[in-house]
Amino acid sequence: MHYSPVSMHVPDGFLSTSVAIVGWILAVILIGVAIRQTRNQLGERQVPMMGILAAFIFAAQAINFPIAAGTSGHLLGGALAAIVLGPWAATLIMTSVISVQALLFQDGGLLALGWNIINMGVLTAFAGYACYRLLLRWIGDTSTSRVASSFAAAWLSVEVGAIATAIELAVSGTSPLRFALPAMAGVHALIGIGEGLITGGAIGLLQASRPEVLRTGEQAPGRKGAVFVLAGLLVALLIAAFSPLASPHPDGLEYIAEQNGFIARATEPFYSLLPDYTVPIIQNAALTTIFAVVLGTLIVFGLAWVVGRGVLRLERRR
Amino acid sequence: MHFDLTDIYQPRAGWIHLLDPRVKLLSAVAIILTVVTLPPGAWPALGLVLALLVLLSVTAGLGPFFAIKGAFIAFPFILAALPIPFITPGPSLWVVPGLGWTVTATGLVRFITILLRTWLAVQAGVLLSATTPVPQMLWGLQALGIPKLLVAVIGFMVRYIFVLGDEVLRMLRARSARSPRIPGHRHPGILWQGRMAGMMVGSFFLRSMERSERVYEAMASRGYRGQIQLLERPAMTTSDWIALAALCTVLAGVLAIGIWG
Repeated sequence: MHYSPVSMHVPDGFLSTSVAIVGWILAVILIGVAIRQTRNQLGERQVPMMGILAAFIFAAQAINFPIAAGTSGHLLGGALAAIVLGPWAATLIMTSVISVQALLFQDGGLLALGWNIINMGVLTAFAGYACYRLLLRWIGDTSTSRVASSFAAAWLSVEVGAIATAIELAVSGTSPLRFALPAMAGVHALIGIGEGLITGGAIGLLQASRPEVLRTGEQAPGRKGAVFVLAGLLVALLIAAFSPLASPHPDGLEYIAEQNGFIARATEPFYSLLPDYTVPIIQNAALTTIFAVVLGTLIVFGLAWVVGRGVLRLERRR
Repeated sequence: MHFDLTDIYQPRAGWIHLLDPRVKLLSAVAIILTVVTLPPGAWPALGLVLALLVLLSVTAGLGPFFAIKGAFIAFPFILAALPIPFITPGPSLWVVPGLGWTVTATGLVRFITILLRTWLAVQAGVLLSATTPVPQMLWGLQALGIPKLLVAVIGFMVRYIFVLGDEVLRMLRARSARSPRIPGHRHPGILWQGRMAGMMVGSFFLRSMERSERVYEAMASRGYRGQIQLLERPAMTTSDWIALAALCTVLAGVLAIGIWG
Protein backbone atom coordinates (compact mmCIF):
# COMPACT_ATOMS: atom_id res chain seq x y z
CA MET A 1 0.00 0.00 0.00
CA HIS A 2 1.32 3.39 -0.86
CA TYR A 3 1.68 5.27 2.38
CA SER A 4 1.64 9.00 1.85
CA PRO A 5 2.40 11.32 4.77
CA VAL A 6 -0.13 14.05 5.47
CA SER A 7 1.24 17.54 5.92
CA MET A 8 -0.21 17.97 9.40
CA HIS A 9 1.89 15.31 11.18
CA VAL A 10 4.39 17.42 13.13
CA PRO A 11 7.75 15.60 13.40
CA ASP A 12 9.97 15.82 16.48
CA GLY A 13 12.30 18.80 16.54
CA PHE A 14 9.68 21.33 15.48
CA LEU A 15 8.00 21.68 18.86
CA SER A 16 9.96 22.87 21.88
CA THR A 17 10.23 20.41 24.75
CA SER A 18 7.89 22.34 27.05
CA VAL A 19 5.23 22.76 24.35
CA ALA A 20 5.44 19.04 23.55
CA ILE A 21 4.99 18.09 27.21
CA VAL A 22 1.94 20.34 27.61
CA GLY A 23 0.47 18.59 24.56
CA TRP A 24 1.07 15.18 26.11
CA ILE A 25 -0.65 16.19 29.37
CA LEU A 26 -3.71 17.53 27.51
CA ALA A 27 -3.82 14.45 25.28
CA VAL A 28 -3.63 12.04 28.23
CA ILE A 29 -6.59 13.75 29.93
CA LEU A 30 -8.69 13.77 26.76
CA ILE A 31 -7.88 10.12 25.93
CA GLY A 32 -8.85 9.12 29.47
CA VAL A 33 -12.26 10.74 29.04
CA ALA A 34 -12.64 9.18 25.58
CA ILE A 35 -11.95 5.69 26.92
CA ARG A 36 -14.53 6.07 29.69
CA GLN A 37 -17.18 7.55 27.40
CA THR A 38 -16.84 4.87 24.72
CA ARG A 39 -16.92 2.13 27.34
CA ASN A 40 -20.36 3.38 28.36
CA GLN A 41 -21.35 3.55 24.69
CA LEU A 42 -20.05 0.19 23.45
CA GLY A 43 -19.42 -2.05 26.46
CA GLU A 44 -17.34 -5.11 25.66
CA ARG A 45 -17.66 -4.39 21.94
CA GLN A 46 -15.31 -1.46 22.50
CA VAL A 47 -11.97 -3.09 21.73
CA PRO A 48 -12.86 -5.02 18.55
CA MET A 49 -15.02 -2.25 17.13
CA MET A 50 -12.69 0.68 17.86
CA GLY A 51 -9.70 -1.36 16.69
CA ILE A 52 -11.22 -2.36 13.37
CA LEU A 53 -12.59 1.12 12.71
CA ALA A 54 -9.15 2.58 13.44
CA ALA A 55 -7.76 0.19 10.83
CA PHE A 56 -10.58 1.37 8.57
CA ILE A 57 -9.57 5.03 8.92
CA PHE A 58 -5.91 4.14 8.40
CA ALA A 59 -6.73 2.22 5.21
CA ALA A 60 -9.34 4.72 4.00
CA GLN A 61 -6.67 7.44 4.07
CA ALA A 62 -5.22 5.66 1.01
CA ILE A 63 -8.40 6.24 -1.02
CA ASN A 64 -7.63 9.31 -3.09
CA PHE A 65 -8.67 11.11 -6.22
CA PRO A 66 -6.62 13.40 -8.45
CA ILE A 67 -7.28 17.12 -7.99
CA ALA A 68 -4.80 19.04 -10.12
CA ALA A 69 -1.09 19.36 -10.83
CA GLY A 70 -0.12 16.05 -9.28
CA THR A 71 -1.86 16.66 -5.97
CA SER A 72 -4.64 14.41 -4.80
CA GLY A 73 -7.54 14.71 -2.43
CA HIS A 74 -7.73 12.25 0.41
CA LEU A 75 -9.22 11.70 3.82
CA LEU A 76 -7.99 12.49 7.31
CA GLY A 77 -11.14 10.97 8.75
CA GLY A 78 -11.70 12.67 12.12
CA ALA A 79 -14.89 14.45 11.07
CA LEU A 80 -16.32 11.38 9.32
CA ALA A 81 -15.67 9.16 12.35
CA ALA A 82 -17.21 11.76 14.68
CA ILE A 83 -20.36 12.26 12.58
CA VAL A 84 -20.97 8.51 12.34
CA LEU A 85 -19.85 7.36 15.81
CA GLY A 86 -19.78 10.44 18.05
CA PRO A 87 -16.85 12.67 19.05
CA TRP A 88 -15.40 10.58 21.89
CA ALA A 89 -15.36 7.35 19.87
CA ALA A 90 -13.75 9.29 17.03
CA THR A 91 -11.13 10.64 19.46
CA LEU A 92 -10.21 7.10 20.50
CA ILE A 93 -10.09 5.88 16.89
CA MET A 94 -7.97 8.79 15.68
CA THR A 95 -5.63 8.43 18.69
CA SER A 96 -4.94 4.84 17.65
CA VAL A 97 -4.43 5.79 14.00
CA ILE A 98 -2.03 8.64 14.79
CA SER A 99 -0.11 6.58 17.38
CA VAL A 100 0.45 3.74 14.90
CA GLN A 101 1.55 6.20 12.23
CA ALA A 102 4.11 7.63 14.66
CA LEU A 103 5.27 4.33 16.20
CA LEU A 104 5.52 2.19 13.08
CA PHE A 105 5.76 4.60 10.16
CA GLN A 106 7.64 7.52 11.79
CA ASP A 107 4.95 9.81 10.42
CA GLY A 108 4.79 12.42 13.14
CA GLY A 109 7.14 12.46 16.11
CA LEU A 110 6.88 10.61 19.43
CA LEU A 111 7.28 13.76 21.56
CA ALA A 112 5.00 15.65 19.19
CA LEU A 113 2.47 12.81 19.38
CA GLY A 114 0.45 14.56 22.09
CA TRP A 115 -0.21 17.60 19.91
CA ASN A 116 -0.64 15.50 16.78
CA ILE A 117 -3.39 13.55 18.55
CA ILE A 118 -5.07 16.79 19.64
CA ASN A 119 -4.75 18.50 16.23
CA MET A 120 -5.75 15.62 13.99
CA GLY A 121 -7.82 13.53 16.37
CA VAL A 122 -9.54 15.56 19.07
CA LEU A 123 -9.92 18.91 17.30
CA THR A 124 -11.03 17.43 13.95
CA ALA A 125 -13.52 15.15 15.71
CA PHE A 126 -15.04 17.85 17.92
CA ALA A 127 -14.97 20.65 15.33
CA GLY A 128 -16.50 18.34 12.74
CA TYR A 129 -19.16 17.01 15.08
CA ALA A 130 -20.13 20.40 16.53
CA CYS A 131 -20.30 22.02 13.08
CA TYR A 132 -22.39 19.14 11.67
CA ARG A 133 -24.91 19.18 14.52
CA LEU A 134 -25.22 22.97 14.63
CA LEU A 135 -25.75 23.21 10.87
CA LEU A 136 -28.42 20.50 10.96
CA ARG A 137 -30.19 22.38 13.73
CA TRP A 138 -30.10 25.65 11.80
CA ILE A 139 -30.94 24.52 8.26
CA GLY A 140 -33.15 21.54 9.07
CA ASP A 141 -32.50 17.80 9.03
CA THR A 142 -33.01 16.56 5.46
CA SER A 143 -30.96 14.18 3.35
CA THR A 144 -29.50 17.03 1.29
CA SER A 145 -28.69 19.14 4.33
CA ARG A 146 -26.87 16.20 5.90
CA VAL A 147 -24.55 15.84 2.93
CA ALA A 148 -24.00 19.61 2.77
CA SER A 149 -23.39 19.85 6.53
CA SER A 150 -20.94 16.96 6.50
CA PHE A 151 -19.03 18.66 3.66
CA ALA A 152 -18.81 21.90 5.66
CA ALA A 153 -17.98 20.05 8.90
CA ALA A 154 -15.15 18.08 7.28
CA TRP A 155 -13.70 21.20 5.66
CA LEU A 156 -13.82 23.10 8.94
CA SER A 157 -12.30 20.21 10.91
CA VAL A 158 -9.19 20.20 8.70
CA GLU A 159 -8.94 23.97 8.93
CA VAL A 160 -9.18 23.99 12.74
CA GLY A 161 -6.49 21.31 12.98
CA ALA A 162 -4.21 23.26 10.66
CA ILE A 163 -4.66 26.52 12.57
CA ALA A 164 -3.91 24.74 15.85
CA THR A 165 -0.74 23.29 14.31
CA ALA A 166 0.34 26.76 13.18
CA ILE A 167 -0.18 28.15 16.69
CA GLU A 168 1.87 25.34 18.26
CA LEU A 169 4.72 25.93 15.81
CA ALA A 170 4.61 29.65 16.58
CA VAL A 171 4.59 29.08 20.34
CA SER A 172 7.60 26.78 19.92
CA GLY A 173 9.43 29.55 18.07
CA THR A 174 9.79 27.34 14.98
CA SER A 175 7.66 29.28 12.56
CA PRO A 176 6.29 32.79 13.09
CA LEU A 177 2.51 33.01 13.19
CA ARG A 178 2.66 35.64 10.46
CA PHE A 179 4.01 32.95 8.13
CA ALA A 180 2.68 29.69 9.57
CA LEU A 181 -0.95 30.75 9.96
CA PRO A 182 -1.66 31.87 6.38
CA ALA A 183 0.47 29.03 4.98
CA MET A 184 -1.18 26.25 7.00
CA ALA A 185 -4.68 27.71 6.76
CA GLY A 186 -4.31 28.38 3.02
CA VAL A 187 -2.97 24.97 2.05
CA HIS A 188 -5.51 23.19 4.21
CA ALA A 189 -8.39 25.26 2.85
CA LEU A 190 -7.65 23.40 -0.41
CA ILE A 191 -6.94 20.03 1.23
CA GLY A 192 -10.17 20.49 3.19
CA ILE A 193 -12.18 20.47 -0.04
CA GLY A 194 -10.99 16.93 -0.74
CA GLU A 195 -11.82 15.96 2.83
CA GLY A 196 -15.26 17.56 2.49
CA LEU A 197 -16.09 15.87 -0.82
CA ILE A 198 -15.10 12.43 0.47
CA THR A 199 -16.91 12.86 3.80
CA GLY A 200 -20.02 14.20 2.05
CA GLY A 201 -19.96 11.32 -0.43
CA ALA A 202 -19.60 8.80 2.39
CA ILE A 203 -22.45 10.30 4.42
CA GLY A 204 -24.60 10.42 1.26
CA LEU A 205 -24.02 6.75 0.62
CA LEU A 206 -24.60 5.77 4.25
CA GLN A 207 -27.95 7.50 4.53
CA ALA A 208 -29.10 6.18 1.16
CA SER A 209 -28.22 2.58 1.97
CA ARG A 210 -28.17 2.26 5.79
CA PRO A 211 -29.73 5.36 7.40
CA GLU A 212 -29.84 3.61 10.80
CA VAL A 213 -26.02 3.72 10.95
CA LEU A 214 -26.08 7.51 11.17
CA ARG A 215 -28.26 7.33 14.27
CA THR A 216 -25.33 5.98 16.32
CA GLY A 217 -23.59 9.33 15.99
CA GLU A 218 -26.75 11.22 16.93
CA GLN A 219 -27.12 9.31 20.20
CA ALA A 220 -23.44 9.04 21.08
CA PRO A 221 -22.11 10.41 24.37
CA GLY A 222 -20.64 13.88 24.10
CA ARG A 223 -23.33 15.16 21.74
CA LYS A 224 -24.31 17.95 24.12
CA GLY A 225 -20.89 18.87 25.44
CA ALA A 226 -19.12 18.79 22.08
CA VAL A 227 -19.34 22.54 21.54
CA PHE A 228 -17.97 23.25 25.02
CA VAL A 229 -15.07 20.82 24.77
CA LEU A 230 -14.20 22.42 21.43
CA ALA A 231 -14.55 25.94 22.80
CA GLY A 232 -12.44 25.07 25.84
CA LEU A 233 -9.64 23.66 23.70
CA LEU A 234 -9.68 26.60 21.31
CA VAL A 235 -9.62 29.15 24.12
CA ALA A 236 -6.76 27.28 25.77
CA LEU A 237 -4.84 27.42 22.48
CA LEU A 238 -5.56 31.13 22.11
CA ILE A 239 -4.35 31.83 25.63
CA ALA A 240 -1.20 29.82 24.94
CA ALA A 241 -0.66 31.76 21.73
CA PHE A 242 -0.70 35.06 23.57
CA SER A 243 1.08 34.03 26.73
CA PRO A 244 4.63 35.29 27.38
CA LEU A 245 5.56 31.59 27.35
CA ALA A 246 4.95 31.84 23.64
CA SER A 247 8.33 33.29 22.91
CA PRO A 248 11.46 32.11 24.63
CA HIS A 249 13.15 33.21 21.39
CA PRO A 250 13.23 36.82 20.26
CA ASP A 251 11.81 35.84 16.89
CA GLY A 252 8.84 33.99 18.30
CA LEU A 253 5.29 35.10 18.29
CA GLU A 254 5.84 37.96 20.71
CA TYR A 255 8.37 39.60 18.41
CA ILE A 256 5.84 39.52 15.60
CA ALA A 257 3.11 40.60 17.96
CA GLU A 258 5.16 43.52 19.23
CA GLN A 259 6.01 44.54 15.70
CA ASN A 260 2.39 44.52 14.70
CA GLY A 261 1.45 46.11 17.98
CA PHE A 262 -1.41 43.79 18.76
CA ILE A 263 -0.11 42.08 21.87
CA ALA A 264 -1.40 44.82 24.15
CA ARG A 265 -4.84 44.67 22.62
CA ALA A 266 -4.88 40.89 22.55
CA THR A 267 -4.07 40.43 26.21
CA GLU A 268 -6.19 43.26 27.57
CA PRO A 269 -9.24 41.20 28.59
CA PHE A 270 -7.12 38.85 30.70
CA TYR A 271 -5.45 41.56 32.72
CA SER A 272 -8.40 41.82 35.06
CA LEU A 273 -8.10 38.15 35.99
CA LEU A 274 -4.36 37.67 36.14
CA PRO A 275 -2.51 40.98 36.02
CA ASP A 276 0.32 40.80 33.52
CA TYR A 277 -0.14 37.05 33.35
CA THR A 278 1.80 36.46 36.51
CA VAL A 279 0.82 35.32 39.95
CA PRO A 280 2.45 37.60 42.53
CA ILE A 281 3.29 34.97 45.18
CA ILE A 282 5.59 32.95 42.93
CA GLN A 283 8.88 34.64 42.08
CA ASN A 284 10.33 32.55 39.23
CA ALA A 285 9.23 34.08 35.91
CA ALA A 286 8.83 30.89 33.88
CA LEU A 287 7.11 28.99 36.72
CA THR A 288 4.64 31.73 37.42
CA THR A 289 3.84 32.02 33.72
CA ILE A 290 3.14 28.31 33.44
CA PHE A 291 1.05 28.50 36.59
CA ALA A 292 -0.90 31.46 35.21
CA VAL A 293 -1.58 29.68 31.93
CA VAL A 294 -2.78 26.55 33.70
CA LEU A 295 -4.97 28.61 36.01
CA GLY A 296 -6.40 30.57 33.10
CA THR A 297 -7.17 27.39 31.20
CA LEU A 298 -8.86 25.90 34.25
CA ILE A 299 -10.97 29.02 34.72
CA VAL A 300 -12.07 28.86 31.10
CA PHE A 301 -12.92 25.18 31.34
CA GLY A 302 -14.82 25.84 34.54
CA LEU A 303 -16.82 28.65 32.94
CA ALA A 304 -17.59 26.46 29.91
CA TRP A 305 -18.75 23.67 32.23
CA VAL A 306 -21.03 25.96 34.23
CA VAL A 307 -22.53 27.50 31.09
CA GLY A 308 -22.98 24.03 29.61
CA ARG A 309 -24.76 22.85 32.74
CA GLY A 310 -27.06 25.87 32.61
CA VAL A 311 -27.94 25.27 28.97
CA LEU A 312 -28.66 21.61 29.67
CA ARG A 313 -31.00 22.48 32.53
CA LEU A 314 -32.85 24.99 30.37
CA GLU A 315 -33.23 22.36 27.63
CA ARG A 316 -34.60 19.82 30.09
CA ARG A 317 -37.12 22.28 31.54
CA ARG A 318 -38.50 22.78 28.06
CA MET B 1 -0.21 -6.00 -4.55
CA HIS B 2 -0.06 -6.87 -0.90
CA PHE B 3 0.71 -4.85 2.18
CA ASP B 4 2.39 -6.24 5.28
CA LEU B 5 4.74 -5.44 8.13
CA THR B 6 7.88 -7.04 6.69
CA ASP B 7 9.33 -3.72 5.63
CA ILE B 8 9.09 -2.30 9.17
CA TYR B 9 10.40 -4.92 11.64
CA GLN B 10 13.81 -6.27 10.61
CA PRO B 11 14.51 -9.63 12.27
CA ARG B 12 18.23 -9.90 13.12
CA ALA B 13 20.31 -11.74 15.69
CA GLY B 14 21.76 -8.60 17.29
CA TRP B 15 21.57 -8.01 21.05
CA ILE B 16 19.41 -4.91 20.63
CA HIS B 17 16.63 -7.14 19.32
CA LEU B 18 16.81 -9.16 22.54
CA LEU B 19 16.47 -6.16 24.87
CA ASP B 20 13.29 -5.66 26.87
CA PRO B 21 10.78 -3.62 24.81
CA ARG B 22 10.49 -1.12 27.71
CA VAL B 23 14.22 -0.39 27.45
CA LYS B 24 13.93 0.24 23.72
CA LEU B 25 10.87 2.48 24.09
CA LEU B 26 12.46 4.51 26.91
CA SER B 27 15.73 4.77 25.00
CA ALA B 28 14.01 6.08 21.88
CA VAL B 29 12.11 8.68 23.91
CA ALA B 30 15.29 9.64 25.82
CA ILE B 31 17.27 10.11 22.58
CA ILE B 32 14.48 12.23 21.09
CA LEU B 33 14.16 14.31 24.28
CA THR B 34 17.93 14.92 24.29
CA VAL B 35 18.02 15.91 20.63
CA VAL B 36 15.06 18.27 20.97
CA THR B 37 16.48 19.90 24.11
CA LEU B 38 19.93 20.59 22.60
CA PRO B 39 20.42 24.34 22.01
CA PRO B 40 20.92 25.75 18.49
CA GLY B 41 24.43 25.34 17.14
CA ALA B 42 25.45 22.49 19.47
CA TRP B 43 27.21 20.74 16.59
CA PRO B 44 29.55 18.47 18.62
CA ALA B 45 26.62 17.18 20.70
CA LEU B 46 24.45 16.64 17.61
CA GLY B 47 27.37 14.84 15.95
CA LEU B 48 27.73 12.59 19.00
CA VAL B 49 24.04 11.65 18.81
CA LEU B 50 24.46 10.80 15.12
CA ALA B 51 27.47 8.62 15.98
CA LEU B 52 25.44 6.93 18.73
CA LEU B 53 22.58 6.21 16.32
CA VAL B 54 24.93 4.79 13.66
CA LEU B 55 26.58 2.66 16.34
CA LEU B 56 23.18 1.34 17.49
CA SER B 57 22.20 0.66 13.88
CA VAL B 58 25.40 -1.32 13.29
CA THR B 59 25.15 -3.31 16.54
CA ALA B 60 21.56 -4.15 15.66
CA GLY B 61 22.91 -5.74 12.47
CA LEU B 62 21.13 -3.27 10.23
CA GLY B 63 24.19 -1.62 8.68
CA PRO B 64 25.33 1.97 9.24
CA PHE B 65 22.93 3.63 6.79
CA PHE B 66 19.65 1.90 7.68
CA ALA B 67 18.25 4.56 10.01
CA ILE B 68 19.71 7.44 8.01
CA LYS B 69 17.89 6.27 4.89
CA GLY B 70 14.62 5.83 6.70
CA ALA B 71 14.76 9.28 8.24
CA PHE B 72 13.88 11.35 5.20
CA ILE B 73 10.12 10.91 5.63
CA ALA B 74 9.84 14.03 7.80
CA PHE B 75 11.63 16.31 5.35
CA PRO B 76 8.60 17.83 3.59
CA PHE B 77 7.69 19.41 6.92
CA ILE B 78 10.85 21.53 6.76
CA LEU B 79 8.84 24.05 4.73
CA ALA B 80 7.33 25.20 8.02
CA ALA B 81 10.73 26.30 9.34
CA LEU B 82 11.88 28.03 6.14
CA PRO B 83 11.29 31.62 7.32
CA ILE B 84 13.62 31.21 10.32
CA PRO B 85 16.87 32.27 8.58
CA PHE B 86 15.16 35.46 7.41
CA ILE B 87 13.33 36.58 10.53
CA THR B 88 15.86 35.85 13.28
CA PRO B 89 17.64 39.07 14.28
CA GLY B 90 21.42 38.89 14.08
CA PRO B 91 24.41 39.79 11.94
CA SER B 92 23.49 39.84 8.28
CA LEU B 93 25.10 37.08 6.24
CA TRP B 94 23.69 37.40 2.76
CA VAL B 95 20.97 39.37 0.98
CA VAL B 96 18.74 37.53 -1.46
CA PRO B 97 19.26 39.37 -4.74
CA GLY B 98 16.13 41.03 -6.08
CA LEU B 99 14.02 40.45 -2.96
CA GLY B 100 16.09 42.27 -0.37
CA TRP B 101 15.62 39.60 2.33
CA THR B 102 18.57 39.23 4.65
CA VAL B 103 19.76 35.86 5.87
CA THR B 104 21.27 36.13 9.37
CA ALA B 105 23.93 33.84 10.76
CA THR B 106 21.90 33.22 13.93
CA GLY B 107 18.87 32.35 11.87
CA LEU B 108 20.79 29.93 9.67
CA VAL B 109 22.22 28.16 12.72
CA ARG B 110 18.74 27.75 14.21
CA PHE B 111 17.32 26.50 10.92
CA ILE B 112 20.03 23.86 10.43
CA THR B 113 19.68 22.81 14.07
CA ILE B 114 15.96 22.18 13.59
CA LEU B 115 16.66 20.09 10.49
CA LEU B 116 19.29 18.02 12.31
CA ARG B 117 17.06 17.57 15.37
CA THR B 118 14.23 16.24 13.24
CA TRP B 119 16.52 14.02 11.19
CA LEU B 120 18.07 12.46 14.32
CA ALA B 121 14.75 12.09 16.15
CA VAL B 122 13.21 10.23 13.22
CA GLN B 123 16.27 7.93 13.13
CA ALA B 124 15.61 6.96 16.74
CA GLY B 125 12.02 6.08 15.78
CA VAL B 126 13.20 4.05 12.77
CA LEU B 127 15.57 2.03 14.96
CA LEU B 128 12.82 1.42 17.53
CA SER B 129 10.34 0.02 15.03
CA ALA B 130 13.01 -1.93 13.13
CA THR B 131 14.24 -3.78 16.23
CA THR B 132 10.97 -4.29 18.13
CA PRO B 133 8.20 -6.63 16.93
CA VAL B 134 4.76 -5.01 17.22
CA PRO B 135 3.34 -7.32 19.94
CA GLN B 136 6.41 -6.62 22.11
CA MET B 137 6.14 -2.90 21.50
CA LEU B 138 2.49 -2.95 22.56
CA TRP B 139 3.34 -4.95 25.65
CA GLY B 140 6.04 -2.43 26.49
CA LEU B 141 3.65 0.50 26.07
CA GLN B 142 1.19 -1.13 28.44
CA ALA B 143 3.91 -1.94 30.97
CA LEU B 144 5.00 1.71 30.85
CA GLY B 145 1.55 2.93 31.85
CA ILE B 146 -0.30 3.60 28.60
CA PRO B 147 -3.96 2.65 29.33
CA LYS B 148 -4.58 -1.07 28.75
CA LEU B 149 -7.65 -0.36 26.73
CA LEU B 150 -5.92 1.99 24.31
CA VAL B 151 -3.12 -0.54 23.83
CA ALA B 152 -5.69 -3.26 23.17
CA VAL B 153 -7.42 -1.07 20.57
CA ILE B 154 -4.09 -0.28 18.90
CA GLY B 155 -3.17 -3.97 18.92
CA PHE B 156 -6.45 -4.79 17.25
CA MET B 157 -5.94 -2.04 14.74
CA VAL B 158 -2.47 -3.28 13.79
CA ARG B 159 -3.86 -6.80 13.35
CA TYR B 160 -6.48 -5.57 10.90
CA ILE B 161 -4.55 -2.82 9.10
CA PHE B 162 -3.30 -5.34 6.60
CA VAL B 163 -6.64 -7.07 6.07
CA LEU B 164 -8.40 -3.75 5.50
CA GLY B 165 -5.40 -2.34 3.62
CA ASP B 166 -5.66 -5.20 1.13
CA GLU B 167 -9.40 -4.60 0.88
CA VAL B 168 -8.79 -0.95 -0.03
CA LEU B 169 -6.20 -1.98 -2.61
CA ARG B 170 -8.75 -4.30 -4.22
CA MET B 171 -11.33 -1.49 -4.28
CA LEU B 172 -8.83 0.93 -5.80
CA ARG B 173 -7.81 -1.63 -8.41
CA ALA B 174 -11.45 -2.22 -9.28
CA ARG B 175 -11.97 1.53 -9.62
CA SER B 176 -9.05 1.97 -12.01
CA ALA B 177 -10.16 -1.09 -13.99
CA ARG B 178 -13.56 0.51 -14.47
CA SER B 179 -12.30 3.96 -15.37
CA PRO B 180 -10.07 3.84 -18.44
CA ARG B 181 -9.12 7.04 -20.21
CA ILE B 182 -10.85 6.92 -23.60
CA PRO B 183 -9.53 9.35 -26.19
CA GLY B 184 -12.20 11.82 -27.20
CA HIS B 185 -14.14 11.46 -23.94
CA ARG B 186 -14.00 14.15 -21.32
CA HIS B 187 -12.55 13.15 -17.95
CA PRO B 188 -15.10 13.57 -15.13
CA GLY B 189 -14.66 16.63 -12.90
CA ILE B 190 -13.27 16.90 -9.40
CA LEU B 191 -16.69 17.10 -7.76
CA TRP B 192 -17.83 13.83 -9.29
CA GLN B 193 -14.54 12.07 -8.55
CA GLY B 194 -14.56 13.31 -4.98
CA ARG B 195 -18.09 12.07 -4.47
CA MET B 196 -17.19 8.69 -5.91
CA ALA B 197 -14.17 8.44 -3.59
CA GLY B 198 -16.53 9.32 -0.73
CA MET B 199 -18.94 6.59 -1.71
CA MET B 200 -16.04 4.13 -1.76
CA VAL B 201 -15.17 5.24 1.77
CA GLY B 202 -18.83 4.88 2.78
CA SER B 203 -19.19 1.33 1.52
CA PHE B 204 -15.78 0.48 2.94
CA PHE B 205 -17.05 1.78 6.31
CA LEU B 206 -20.10 -0.50 6.13
CA ARG B 207 -17.89 -3.48 5.31
CA SER B 208 -15.61 -2.64 8.24
CA MET B 209 -18.57 -2.28 10.65
CA GLU B 210 -19.91 -5.65 9.55
CA ARG B 211 -16.47 -7.18 9.94
CA SER B 212 -16.17 -5.78 13.46
CA GLU B 213 -19.55 -7.35 14.35
CA ARG B 214 -18.41 -10.73 13.01
CA VAL B 215 -15.10 -10.47 14.84
CA TYR B 216 -16.81 -9.49 18.09
CA GLU B 217 -19.25 -12.40 17.84
CA ALA B 218 -16.44 -14.84 17.10
CA MET B 219 -14.55 -13.52 20.13
CA ALA B 220 -17.61 -13.60 22.38
CA SER B 221 -18.30 -17.21 21.41
CA ARG B 222 -14.77 -18.04 22.53
CA GLY B 223 -15.23 -16.48 25.95
CA TYR B 224 -14.21 -12.85 25.41
CA ARG B 225 -15.40 -10.61 28.26
CA GLY B 226 -13.97 -7.24 27.27
CA GLN B 227 -10.38 -7.81 28.45
CA ILE B 228 -7.45 -9.05 26.40
CA GLN B 229 -5.14 -11.42 28.24
CA LEU B 230 -1.48 -11.51 27.28
CA LEU B 231 0.55 -14.64 27.92
CA GLU B 232 4.04 -13.23 27.39
CA ARG B 233 5.51 -11.20 30.26
CA PRO B 234 9.16 -10.32 29.73
CA ALA B 235 11.16 -9.37 32.83
CA MET B 236 13.98 -6.84 33.04
CA THR B 237 17.33 -8.68 33.09
CA THR B 238 20.70 -7.36 34.22
CA SER B 239 21.74 -6.61 30.64
CA ASP B 240 18.54 -4.58 30.16
CA TRP B 241 19.39 -2.42 33.18
CA ILE B 242 23.00 -2.03 32.04
CA ALA B 243 21.91 -0.99 28.53
CA LEU B 244 19.45 1.56 29.88
CA ALA B 245 21.95 2.99 32.37
CA ALA B 246 24.69 3.19 29.73
CA LEU B 247 22.44 4.99 27.29
CA CYS B 248 21.23 7.46 29.91
CA THR B 249 24.83 8.22 30.92
CA VAL B 250 25.84 8.83 27.32
CA LEU B 251 22.84 11.08 26.73
CA ALA B 252 23.50 13.04 29.93
CA GLY B 253 27.06 13.56 28.69
CA VAL B 254 25.79 14.69 25.30
CA LEU B 255 23.41 17.14 26.96
CA ALA B 256 26.21 18.51 29.14
CA ILE B 257 28.47 18.97 26.11
CA GLY B 258 25.64 20.57 24.17
CA ILE B 259 24.63 23.04 26.86
CA TRP B 260 27.96 23.96 28.50
CA GLY B 261 30.53 22.70 25.99
